[in-house]
Amino acid sequence: MTLIETTTTSRRAVLKAAAGLTVGFCLPTDAFAQQPAPAATPEINAWVVIRPDDTVVLRMARSEMGQGTRTGLCQMIAEELHCDWSKIVTEYVTPGQSLARNRAWGAFLTAGSQGIRQSHDYVRRGGATARVMLIQAAADAWGVQAAQCTAKDSVITHAASGRSVRYGQVAAAAARLTPPANVPLKDPKDWTVIGTSVKRLDTAAKTTGALVYGSDLKMPGMLVAVPKECPVFGGKVASFDAAKVSSMPGVRHVLKVADTAVAVVADTFWQAKTALDALPVTWDYGPNRSVSSETIAAQLREGLDAPEAFVGNTNGDARAAIAGAARKIEAVYDYPFQNHAPMEPMNATVVWTPTRCDVWCPTQNGEAALAATAQAAGLPQTACDVHRVDLGGGFGRRTTHDWLIQAVTIAKQVPGVPIKTQWTREEDMVQGRYHPVTMAKMTGGLDAQGNLVGLHMRISGQSILSYVFPTALQSGRDPVQFQGLNAGGNDSQIGYSFPNLLIDHAMRNTHVPPHFWRGVNHNQNAIYLECFLDELAHAAGQDPLAFRRKLMGNHPKHLAVLNAVAEKIGWDRPPPAGVHRGIAQQMGFGSYVAAAAEVSVDAQGKLKVHRIVAATDCGVAVNPRQIEMQVEGSFVYGLSALLYGACTVKDGQIVETNFDSYNVLRMDEMPKVETIVMPSGGFWGGVGEPTIMVAAPAVLNGIFAATGKRIRSVPLKDQDLRRA
Amino acid sequence: MAKLNINGQVVDVQAAEDTPLLWALREHVGLTGTKYGCGIAACGACTVHIDGQAVRSCAMPLSAVTPDQKIVTIEGLSPNGMHPIQVAWRDLDVPQCGYCQSGMIMAAAALLAEKPNPTDEDIDNAMTNICRCGTYNRVRAGIKQAAANRQG
Repeated sequence: MTLIETTTTSRRAVLKAAAGLTVGFCLPTDAFAQQPAPAATPEINAWVVIRPDDTVVLRMARSEMGQGTRTGLCQMIAEELHCDWSKIVTEYVTPGQSLARNRAWGAFLTAGSQGIRQSHDYVRRGGATARVMLIQAAADAWGVQAAQCTAKDSVITHAASGRSVRYGQVAAAAARLTPPANVPLKDPKDWTVIGTSVKRLDTAAKTTGALVYGSDLKMPGMLVAVPKECPVFGGKVASFDAAKVSSMPGVRHVLKVADTAVAVVADTFWQAKTALDALPVTWDYGPNRSVSSETIAAQLREGLDAPEAFVGNTNGDARAAIAGAARKIEAVYDYPFQNHAPMEPMNATVVWTPTRCDVWCPTQNGEAALAATAQAAGLPQTACDVHRVDLGGGFGRRTTHDWLIQAVTIAKQVPGVPIKTQWTREEDMVQGRYHPVTMAKMTGGLDAQGNLVGLHMRISGQSILSYVFPTALQSGRDPVQFQGLNAGGNDSQIGYSFPNLLIDHAMRNTHVPPHFWRGVNHNQNAIYLECFLDELAHAAGQDPLAFRRKLMGNHPKHLAVLNAVAEKIGWDRPPPAGVHRGIAQQMGFGSYVAAAAEVSVDAQGKLKVHRIVAATDCGVAVNPRQIEMQVEGSFVYGLSALLYGACTVKDGQIVETNFDSYNVLRMDEMPKVETIVMPSGGFWGGVGEPTIMVAAPAVLNGIFAATGKRIRSVPLKDQDLRRA
Repeated sequence: MAKLNINGQVVDVQAAEDTPLLWALREHVGLTGTKYGCGIAACGACTVHIDGQAVRSCAMPLSAVTPDQKIVTIEGLSPNGMHPIQVAWRDLDVPQCGYCQSGMIMAAAALLAEKPNPTDEDIDNAMTNICRCGTYNRVRAGIKQAAANRQG
């Protein structure tokens, strides 16, 4: 009883103190402006709060991790709300609030490039409904018809009488009205905010160090935990000698975490890390100790010819067509494990008591974080909540919550005390949830005239869903495996019509956990298909672009982006001396993208990527400049993966432990990126991921053009690129 | 226990002398704008200035810093966020997630102090910080714009 009283009081103190953190949750448009104390104003609806001083508070369920969703969502609400853009601030709603209101804010998941495309309808409706209510409140006050009033820049005007009123003056009255149903949305041709390159709302605080990330959180009495999981996935803690480190400076607790990890809790990160490094731990590695990159490769290679496989897309009889073809071309490709490596290592700050658990963390899915918290806390979701901060990078890693479950499990052992669990970079590297490892055997048949008569793509390797959402498997088959290869659908449809086609997947899972990783299965699927089509074109003695075009007659949107990059890079004209070109296209996350690359390879085999032209048809382009930023960034991420990205396995553990062994692209290797944004209207596609899909295949095809050498294995750091 | 000159103020830091400057700044002085990214001076997220030079603070123990050395962090780069690099960063919307940007800005400011009109090669050589979101081309444009604005 004493314990509960103490910890409850302590939690209250913490929460009170944590209120000071709202600077991290509520970002002013101008970080230098003095923020007035928020006045208590009732919301107009779930999305919109307007304060008496006209501040427009727009609420977010999706998370901001650099992709610009905060700004894009505000553009969509503001388009319908007719508010003063300079008065907008945003705040994150918590999944606990949403749970209490029957999911008033819809999905929190911020992944799959869906922050904008999956919420545009209801957030615009939120803005439109709020506008109608504000106008109604003004009309009621004036005793006029609402239809006679207009709203612009947060001011409602009744032209006939020359009266006007600010949103802040009628917000309280508007909040008391019954929300109208089915408020119509604007016709896209009338948009004035959507489709414009407004500046980001959240840049200022990122230039002064003022933005508070999860790892920056401070609370009174907070301790810092630094954990270490068994380095072999599936292994356990056998024993550890806490006494050896428990008297080191600052050390408060030396803990076992579940049965797979240890953690040192100390006054500061550095003290905890120093003690953890000195802590003697004996691991029970389990049977996975014998797994290595070589054993995994052998396992996958077996799948390339296995009789059983899940079919993803088929028409005609590919095997028979290839068997009867004049020429048969075959090639085997592979793609490694890769770490997301966001710049901010995993962290979460947790206060656990026997009756309540609150966490503060960067997550790509607030609702899943709440479920994970409740599960680990041993409490109902209604007794928990997740307070979000902006992410120091996500890329898919922060859609899963192993690190949060661990942080809650640690905090549960120190009731009532705020515990920030902070991973080291080394822990982040070896405890990742990795890009899946796969291989593909590509087999194509050409007739005597060089026409493709049949294609068989056999993928062998890991299925993400079988680890993450096994219930989403379809009779064992992982539909996500075939991203970009699907016969139909409006998300990731193949851009070619093959006379005979078989795409199938021999699922070969390993003990290394895979996860969604910016671009997901498109990354390898696009390499396999787009590079092999290049191989077939060269085998047929045809231009790679012309060879593709013949197969794309039924795929006008795919073809349009491909044509756009070909035109801009000057495909029909020779490249500069010593420079060679590659091209690729793919559809994913609802958008059509293509890239053309100009590369050179010197006599020592050193690659230089000079120029990338990338085209995106995302249907509706909410903020063209944001799209350019995402496209540029996707090439950094995609080329990092191509040049350097490999996590290898030895003795069951990931070998690469930091950026010295897991290098990434830097400034000096960054090509010029020319972005074509070509929204064709009528659909909403994503932009955070799509162009990453074509980064690697465009460059790989350029390397072949430069060297005559076909690289079928990633990353390039392990390949000899010298001319064949 | 160390005496440090941080952003123009002399501060007593109660930390073991093997504590990296980064963690002294973050946890003892409370300046969290300087970020932890790798701990091995590979990524540059922890970049601060010591006597005007860009230094990766995660690999510099307190014992290596003397009280007369002037340490400047992102919080002290300019009194109101108006350093030409910060202004250009806002103008071009350089940051994405922003986590690496304190280090980027400090590295860029040190470069500009040394070379008021840096070439692409100067930028390549000085700006070895890692950004995973992929802001490099806008970082380059931001440095050039800041240089141009200062000349003008």
